[in-house]
Amino acid sequence: MQLKYLELEIVNSMKITMKKKEALSAWVFLMPSLVGFVIFVFGATIVSLLISFFDWDMLTPAKFVGLGNYLKLLKSDSFFLVLRNTVIFVIGTVPTRVIFSLLLALILVKKIPGRAFFRSAIFLPVAASTVAVAMIWRWIFNADFGLLNDFLYRIGISQLPQWLINPNWALMALIIFSVWKDVGFSTVIFMAGLEGIPDTLYEAGEIDGASSWIKFWKITLPLLSPTTFFVVVLNLISSFQVFDQAYVLTGGGPAYATTTIVYYIYNYAFQRFKMGYACATAWILFAIIFVITIIQFKNQKKWVYYI
Amino acid sequence: MIKRSILTKNNSTFFKSIKNKKVSGNIYSLGRLKMSKIVLFIIMCFVALFMLVPFFWSFSTSVKTAGEVFEYPPKWIPQSIHWENYSQVWEVAPFGQYLLNSTVVSVMVTILTLVTASLAAYAFARFKFRGRDFIFMLYLGTMMIPSQVTMIPNFIFIKLLGWTDTYTGLILPNVFTALGVFLLRQFFMTIPKEYEDAAKIDGASRFHIYLHVILPLSIPALSTLAVFTFVFQWNNLMWPLIVVNKDIMKTLTLGLASFQGMYSTNWNLLMAAAVMGIIPSFAIFVLGQKYLIKGITFSGIKG
Repeated sequence: MQLKYLELEIVNSMKITMKKKEALSAWVFLMPSLVGFVIFVFGATIVSLLISFFDWDMLTPAKFVGLGNYLKLLKSDSFFLVLRNTVIFVIGTVPTRVIFSLLLALILVKKIPGRAFFRSAIFLPVAASTVAVAMIWRWIFNADFGLLNDFLYRIGISQLPQWLINPNWALMALIIFSVWKDVGFSTVIFMAGLEGIPDTLYEAGEIDGASSWIKFWKITLPLLSPTTFFVVVLNLISSFQVFDQAYVLTGGGPAYATTTIVYYIYNYAFQRFKMGYACATAWILFAIIFVITIIQFKNQKKWVYYI
Repeated sequence: MIKRSILTKNNSTFFKSIKNKKVSGNIYSLGRLKMSKIVLFIIMCFVALFMLVPFFWSFSTSVKTAGEVFEYPPKWIPQSIHWENYSQVWEVAPFGQYLLNSTVVSVMVTILTLVTASLAAYAFARFKFRGRDFIFMLYLGTMMIPSQVTMIPNFIFIKLLGWTDTYTGLILPNVFTALGVFLLRQFFMTIPKEYEDAAKIDGASRFHIYLHVILPLSIPALSTLAVFTFVFQWNNLMWPLIVVNKDIMKTLTLGLASFQGMYSTNWNLLMAAAVMGIIPSFAIFVLGQKYLIKGITFSGIKG
């Protein structure tokens, strides 16, 4: 009896040391990543929030202003201008990219000749660096010698847009470029989604005599809706963060017509060194993206079907 | 699980298509091609043209003389090929140095990401320890935070340490992303535990198992993460823009952007620079398209 109890004790304590040893080695595995995360992600996020409550130019001591930066931001005309620019950009790019990429994916999952080539052609701009291809499009958008205006002239348009020079057209140019650049990204996701729909459903539909139009609306679209949801959310998030193409194509101009929220953050932080104000803007951007994503997730119940 | 099912699914459609071919003979012969497929093919030709013309146009401009660039109507094929535009670009800006910097930064970020993320993912997938799920949720939560939120404190931190204009400053803050940890953890979870048990009975340490059992079985996931991280870093503009001042430390994207600032209307030189900026991307594209697509379908670029 005594011996058995002792045995149990020993086994138990062995189990505990084993558990401790396991936990210890787990932390060793986790450590390199965790240290980096604590500094560059978790820590940086908290510090960013703190800085947003200060007025700080990195040279003179920081001055606590409470919510001052946020209030200033929400009252400033310039912030509403860049918010407006960004929202127009999002409205211009997201639906266009989603619809075009869905259409392209629907075509590309069919066995048309040259399918692999077409897929690569659409995907190529996604892999290329935004800076390099934006340089090319700056040349294409050139009002006097650009390829685009030459094409428009040939098809009989006489009032040629002054793409990157005119404030009204510059944002449009940015939208066209961004659709061209990133349509392949969503196409690839849609293609994977389409390939995941079981063939048996289409076969069942055929037996019931459904036309391809009915099959598209009653089988493809509902079953693809989780993918569509995913594509919409990803596109919304990335469009709100647009910067690279604006930096190269227009430099935020003319007259701030293409200054987006991220461009505004960049200007305030690294041109004017208003670190507090820039951090506050970054948090407002975070809040906007967060709210829109939450709304999407709430809304998905209405139109997303999970099998 | 997901990956495997996609794999088998692809295989089955692949075999089916072979079968179909046998049944219907040569399905690509024009006679049997359905009208709708011809229409779709023509539409796709226009789409491909729209996608590829900018690349061709930039190359065509890059070998023209300064005068020929502004000729009307624009010529698709230049009168004579002027390769010297490329050497001229190479002379006025240190593009070799830019290329080297981009390579060093992208390769190092990729290696460090793979090492730290796979170690952490193994801890999350295979160990029991207090706070595991909480920390993992924290990791996942950071995927929501836009990089603009952390970029300013990280810049200040790098500046305080005197790491601006250094490789360390360019590399380190870009290594820690939740996406890699998440992707690898999900993959590790699908590896049957029996593989590890066999090694455990032989008395192998956990690190030995990680190195010799888990990693070799995860090469598809690791390659996906590697290509993904590399391309993302290669194209990164914002971070080099804020931590680099010296010309000699510029990455290719930043070098291109500042080159454009200096030669804003020398279109033939600008296009030569753009072509040089695109060639490495083309190479990555040819080598890694499969993995890039896998990475995108897994969860999409965060950024």
